[in-house]
Amino acid sequence: MTSFTPTTSDEVLSTVAWAAAEESPLEILGHGSKRGIGRPQQCEHTLDLSKLTGVTLYEPAELVLSAKAGTPLADIETLLAENAQQLAFEPMDYGPLLGGEPGKGTIGGVLAANLSGPRRLKAGAARDHILGINAVSGRGEAFKSGGRVVKNVTGYDLSKLMANSWGTLAAFTDVTFKVLPAAETEVTLAVRGLLDDAAAAAMALALGSSAEVSSAAHLPERIAARVAGGTLGSEAATLLRVEGFGPSVAYRIAALKTLLGKAGPLEEISGEASRLIWRDVRDCRPFADGTEKPVWRVSKTPGEGHQMVLTLRMQAAVSAFYDWQGGLVWLRMEEGDPEAALLRGLLRKHGGGHATLVRAAPSHRAALPVFEPQAPALAALSARLKQEFDPRNILNPGRMA
Amino acid sequence: MSGLAMPKPDDATMRRRDEIVADMRIIVPGEGVVDAANSMRAFESDGLTAYRQLPLVVVLPQTVAQVSRVLKYCNDRNIRVVPRGSGTSLSGGSLPLEDAVLLVMSRFNRILAIDFSNRVVVAQPGVTNLGITTAVEQEGFYYAPDPSSQIACSIGGNVAENSGGVHCLKYGLTANNVLGIEMVLMNGEVVRLGGSHLDAEGYDLLGVMTGSEGLLGVVTEVTVRILKKPETARALLIGFPTSEQGGQCVADIIGAGIIPGGMEMMDRPAIHAAEDFVHAGYPLDVEALLIVELDGPSVEVDHLITAVEAIAIRNGSTTCRISQSEQERLSFWAGRKAAFPAVGRISPDYYCMDGTIPRKELPRVLAGMRELSETYGLGVANVFHAGDGNLHPLILYDANVPGELDKAESFGADILRLCVKVGGVLTGEHGVGVEKRDLMPEMFNQIDLDQQMRVKCAFDPNHLLNPGKVFPQLRRCAELGRMHISGGKLPYPDIPRF
Repeated sequence: MTSFTPTTSDEVLSTVAWAAAEESPLEILGHGSKRGIGRPQQCEHTLDLSKLTGVTLYEPAELVLSAKAGTPLADIETLLAENAQQLAFEPMDYGPLLGGEPGKGTIGGVLAANLSGPRRLKAGAARDHILGINAVSGRGEAFKSGGRVVKNVTGYDLSKLMANSWGTLAAFTDVTFKVLPAAETEVTLAVRGLLDDAAAAAMALALGSSAEVSSAAHLPERIAARVAGGTLGSEAATLLRVEGFGPSVAYRIAALKTLLGKAGPLEEISGEASRLIWRDVRDCRPFADGTEKPVWRVSKTPGEGHQMVLTLRMQAAVSAFYDWQGGLVWLRMEEGDPEAALLRGLLRKHGGGHATLVRAAPSHRAALPVFEPQAPALAALSARLKQEFDPRNILNPGRMA
Repeated sequence: MSGLAMPKPDDATMRRRDEIVADMRIIVPGEGVVDAANSMRAFESDGLTAYRQLPLVVVLPQTVAQVSRVLKYCNDRNIRVVPRGSGTSLSGGSLPLEDAVLLVMSRFNRILAIDFSNRVVVAQPGVTNLGITTAVEQEGFYYAPDPSSQIACSIGGNVAENSGGVHCLKYGLTANNVLGIEMVLMNGEVVRLGGSHLDAEGYDLLGVMTGSEGLLGVVTEVTVRILKKPETARALLIGFPTSEQGGQCVADIIGAGIIPGGMEMMDRPAIHAAEDFVHAGYPLDVEALLIVELDGPSVEVDHLITAVEAIAIRNGSTTCRISQSEQERLSFWAGRKAAFPAVGRISPDYYCMDGTIPRKELPRVLAGMRELSETYGLGVANVFHAGDGNLHPLILYDANVPGELDKAESFGADILRLCVKVGGVLTGEHGVGVEKRDLMPEMFNQIDLDQQMRVKCAFDPNHLLNPGKVFPQLRRCAELGRMHISGGKLPYPDIPRF
């Protein structure tokens, strides 16, 4: 078992080219903050990109930042914050949920896992902000795609294809992201005491207004107490975040209050308290309990998430909360069994979507499809694509199986 | 056709034309097959009218099953297929081939579902871009990407080209507003990607399909996100003595954390052409004219108008008008929106380019263009999506003067080379098509292009779908798949364990 720790793109290229010639599988790592997601790897060697670091281009007025793939996300977020900018897609930190330290993770990992956060509703995910990449395919060839400008349709968008590929298509050496101004202010309006169905209706109403709600989450009773150090109390909280320039935020919050006046008791939360709540929703803190109890990340048509959960509850003990207006359902299986077949069966019955087993004991991850199985024609197409990038199956083999 | 090499027609296919037409009539009964030269004339070119070619036969399917059967039939018999939506491509993306079936999706023109509580619309690919907004605007919603051809262009074509528009800096391109598609592969298989949920599972095939220019699959259904219309919009019309000052003003607006709904710049020739045509009241003594539109609640718009005005004055603007009514806002846009036909009035023909550059390079690129303009002896007017650096130079020429079209194309190619040289790209929103195909090596080396072609191999291993577009030279998939490792010898036998 050898760990390769390249410090330059050329070293990444020679390592992967060597592994391709040897047909010797590589596990690709940054900080390893998401190593527990996917089928457990048993590779002979690791390709550790955590020393391939550095921001190589940052032009705030052009809204663009390029960095070596192993650059810590935390460093990039600090640099952007100094210029009142941000990665608008708000990449989540899996560290706390998976039993690791918070604040780890590399910018390459952000793309490989297609991370996003509560602002996904309005601003998209990593795939919506990636502008260009340099990478080394499993063929041992360095290729590039995209560029450094925010509008570009030249050739196939292989940069997007890398999003959510979990290191199975190529090892990135450089990534270029679109960056955006950070909002001047944020205020969260909380509607208290709603059951899941009433919360879904309230969120749909808010999102269908012109208040430009950037995030909408519902924390059912007892879950609510598990964010931001318990400041919300235990009563169910339906949270609507409004961001922007001061006068605009005040106006839109007032409009939401009028709109939702009859939905339930309202609370206004601003500044640091609001930021903490959304950080904890983003990082799935309510289930960051230091255990290996299975946790699912379910992507669904927003309005239908709670109905699926209701049916699921009749057959299994689950805790659940909702982000993205209900389009992202976080589920913790309280009895320790992932219940994959049950959950995925219900998903199909309730309008489709997909479920990823983001936390589970290695034995469960080795035995179950962690990622949603695809229909045969689509699965075959994905397999052909993998073959075109990594014909000898040396990059994170089997991780997405 | 000025020196554009297209794939050599396949003799076997040409010989079997009558049989193919008859078989197509069986798959698509009724009015869905057009084979008379006169009737096919309407399909011989798209928005890039310099290139024309009659197809083998035109087929207009009405159901997904028909699309699947046509593609499978052609795949089994090695017959090429060119897909077409409304035919508004500016890069020749749907230019027919002599030996290819032209698969026209215009009869897929129904909206299938509208869901306001989840804010999605499901449409067939032949529905126009504007048609989606029309279907939902009574409830105050709209579909954000608005390419200038939106009245005619189809949503399926938008997916193929990853279309943009003037609002895409704030609201994104097609790729950011499409949640799911159904498509048919060349082998006839029907595949669904995404849906009405936000994240798709597995590899982001939707991301690759968007902007793939009809080379990977034929889209048969599209799910898009719709947005609530902003409460209000106001615009500023700002003139500057130099393009540098205009460019700096744009940088400072973004530096202040403001992302306007639209931000457009025009140079002196474009301003004059537009003003002569629509009399929008544009100042004629400026080198750069900037339109900045802010949208949202009126309290926000008023707040930002003041901020942008201050930034404009700091950058030495010589005029700055702020729209006081919806009518005035529209009058600011009237000139910009009429810029292309306005240029068409001052020149018999014009050729529209589409590079994107890092915005700070604008003065250098404009200066380079002026030099090229003198070298080639052809005029050029510029409109510019200033927020995202997408430049549309309009090269003025006269197709009736022998050699001028060639000259205009060479001029355009030089402009795009200049864009790439300063860190930009060949095309921001019009696509590569046939137009910029042979310039791809300016941006990509052979390894880059080979990897893109391998993606094509995963979808269409026989290169039957829309060949001759995007890639300067198609290489066989078997050849692309080979790994070049010399006879068992490791290329890196002594690799250091760094």
